[in-house]
Amino acid sequence: MNKIFEKGGKFYWLHSTIDAFESFLHVPGTVTRKGAHVRDAIDLKRLLILVVIAAAPAALFGMWNVGYQHGLAVGDLRLNILGNFWYGFLRVLPLYLVSYIVGLGIEFASSQIRGEEVSEGYLVSGFFIPLIVPVDIPLWMLAVAVAFAVIFGKEVFGGTGMNIVNPAILARAFLFFSYPNYMSGSECWIHFKSGEQLVDGFTGATPLSLEGASAQYGTGFWDLFIGTVPGSVGETSVIAILLGAVILLWTGIASWKIMAGGVLGALFVGGIGDLAGISQIPCFMQLLYGGFAFGIVFMATDPVTSAQTECGKWIYGFLIGALCIMVRLFNPGYAEGMMLAILLCNVFAPLIDHCVISVHLSRKSRKPKTA
Amino acid sequence: MSQTFVLKRGLNIPLAGEAELRVSKTIVPGVVAVRPTDFKGFLPRLLVKEGDPVLCGSPVMADKKNADILLASPVSGTVKAIVRGEKRKLLAVLIEADDRQQCVDFGVRDASALDDGQVRQALLQSGLWPFLVQRPYGIVADPDIRPRDIFISTFNTAPLAPDSHLCFDGELKAAQAGLDALSKLTDGCIHLGLDARDTDAPFAGVHGARLHRFSGKHPAGNVGVQISHIDPIRKGDSVWTVSPAGLVAIGKLFTTGRYDVRRKVAVTGPMAIEPAYIDTLPGMPMTEIAGFCGNTPSEKLRVISGDALSGSSVGADGYLGFFDSQITLLCEGTDKELLGWIRPFRFNQFSTDRSYFSWLLPKKKYAMDTNLHGGPRAFLMNDGYYAKVLPMDIYPVYLAKACLAGEIEKMEKYGIYEVLPEDLATCEFVDPSKNDIQHMIEQGIELMLKEMA
Repeated sequence: MNKIFEKGGKFYWLHSTIDAFESFLHVPGTVTRKGAHVRDAIDLKRLLILVVIAAAPAALFGMWNVGYQHGLAVGDLRLNILGNFWYGFLRVLPLYLVSYIVGLGIEFASSQIRGEEVSEGYLVSGFFIPLIVPVDIPLWMLAVAVAFAVIFGKEVFGGTGMNIVNPAILARAFLFFSYPNYMSGSECWIHFKSGEQLVDGFTGATPLSLEGASAQYGTGFWDLFIGTVPGSVGETSVIAILLGAVILLWTGIASWKIMAGGVLGALFVGGIGDLAGISQIPCFMQLLYGGFAFGIVFMATDPVTSAQTECGKWIYGFLIGALCIMVRLFNPGYAEGMMLAILLCNVFAPLIDHCVISVHLSRKSRKPKTA
Repeated sequence: MSQTFVLKRGLNIPLAGEAELRVSKTIVPGVVAVRPTDFKGFLPRLLVKEGDPVLCGSPVMADKKNADILLASPVSGTVKAIVRGEKRKLLAVLIEADDRQQCVDFGVRDASALDDGQVRQALLQSGLWPFLVQRPYGIVADPDIRPRDIFISTFNTAPLAPDSHLCFDGELKAAQAGLDALSKLTDGCIHLGLDARDTDAPFAGVHGARLHRFSGKHPAGNVGVQISHIDPIRKGDSVWTVSPAGLVAIGKLFTTGRYDVRRKVAVTGPMAIEPAYIDTLPGMPMTEIAGFCGNTPSEKLRVISGDALSGSSVGADGYLGFFDSQITLLCEGTDKELLGWIRPFRFNQFSTDRSYFSWLLPKKKYAMDTNLHGGPRAFLMNDGYYAKVLPMDIYPVYLAKACLAGEIEKMEKYGIYEVLPEDLATCEFVDPSKNDIQHMIEQGIELMLKEMA
């Protein structure tokens, strides 16, 4: 690095930024000073770029779906796959620009204030945030939400790795509670230009709030599985999300225990709902609706905010699944419960770990001596 | 009868440069260093001054807290220099060897016929006592206590570790004498950890000790890991450990009456030319092995006394550590690698992570360098990511964070008594956040020593 960016130099205030770009270009020539003289080639950049790659199918599908849903809504199905994708891409691109410019801007500034290197954490959060909001969200709202999430969700705790709740989920929760009109109902999920003529009887509500009622598109198993339904940008296609899940599980970045626990929890509560006659939907369909799949694969498995212990991961995953379906079935106000379930369990994850570790340690201390 | 422990978790690091199974030369160092910094908890008081004649086995330093604990000279000759560092901290006593090599005669004795006081006296007097390491904390053993048990790991699983057959075949008699002596010092047992894959392990024939067989990847050969499986250290326990080289040296004190710490040392590592074993003394200057380094400029070479995970970088003009039976030569990884982290394949870099493809080449050995491969970050991955390379029943990340925070109660809870930094070396290796976990544990242990004193 040039001398002027080092401590005492004229441009020291740009130190973290320059360092971030430099280490983005090449692995720095830093050598080990203490402890192990050789180190694994893995670093956070590599781990986190894999999460982005894993979420890419959902993002690409989401862009296509934005175009496709718009076509359905205005009764214009002339566009082909590429046309739909391009239409959606142009709608989603501003969301990405806002998310990354605002989020990374704050991240760079606070790294500089702390005198640390810029952490890669926001690469992932910034990629997720546009995927879990409605495509028509006003950009200024998104900017406010991102700023709130990064500052109060992460930086006040000390940056990536120190946060208690998932910043992406926090951004969504902020939007949900601050601007509910833009985050729920039947208006926001599909992109319209002003003055466009809608098809008669059209509703832009997501299948979750319709519960399979009269809609102009199918809400059958395959529609939901493939994802040709309205919803937040990246959450609709279960198959694209499953592709991401395979990558995350193979590389071991996400915990299969959390995912499995979540599915079990959802089926458990959904099953009770079915048996008790509360819900009309078969419990396995709950896994396809709304943000469940995206949440349990990408959000719940965030290694920083999830439970740390192996046993705790089962409990944590199960609770998320169970709470999500519970909100869906028993709370008439909220059609979707995934976001709230994950937020709540993020907060409780340290408690879950504390209990698991306490039980483990007290059992260990009671173990009879072997020799 | 022996018990077998199969350890599933751990990591063997495929470092290139394994030493060929032959002793390429016997080195009689012209100068040796006696360094008090090799011994944790030892506060040196000098017993010699420059120009004093010493014999092999003569005391050079004593511990300020317990004047009975001595460090001895491994050669006979004269004290050449006393090396001090900042604040006049004593770093080393350099002794120039003479040609006659006379030894102090401690007398040949049958260890099994001595009582505990005589054994203790013999070990203290001869300067072999510091081979006894006390856990928790890994300090020089306190002669005033009787440890719960004594543990010896007879094999080493560290990267490129010396072969126990080459080092210890033929030393059974000395080892037996050492065990006989040590058994007087404890009311508990002497536990010997053997390599389960090695059917005729060098020390399998001893009696008077409990044998335990371990199979698994590194750190299965670490005595700390073995203790945690045999009988974990709880609060209030004190156990002692001895390296196999120490056991043999202690045995030889009784069978030959001499202070003999000569040992076979593996010179290893990707930068070593024709890596092989040498027969030498601890305190040997690294300049003696210049032949293994070739023409590598010194700023590109890291000379490590010990293994690549837990050894200490001593530099090309440093000295072999008292406890070390291995020297590792690594290349300093100061080169910047263009777009390294984003390349799909990096076949010359080893990673345990599935996001790289090292798992496709399980047999490949890697010429690793000392590059950190990333920038330091806060802990991001959760405990399980580290626990899969640590075959101990503890929570490594929780322990490291407790040490960072300096919270004594939590450190106790998460197992600070059971570990030394070296036990968590594999966790440090795999850490994508590039934390110095061993250093954190060391700081925690320092704090415990200060607070618990």
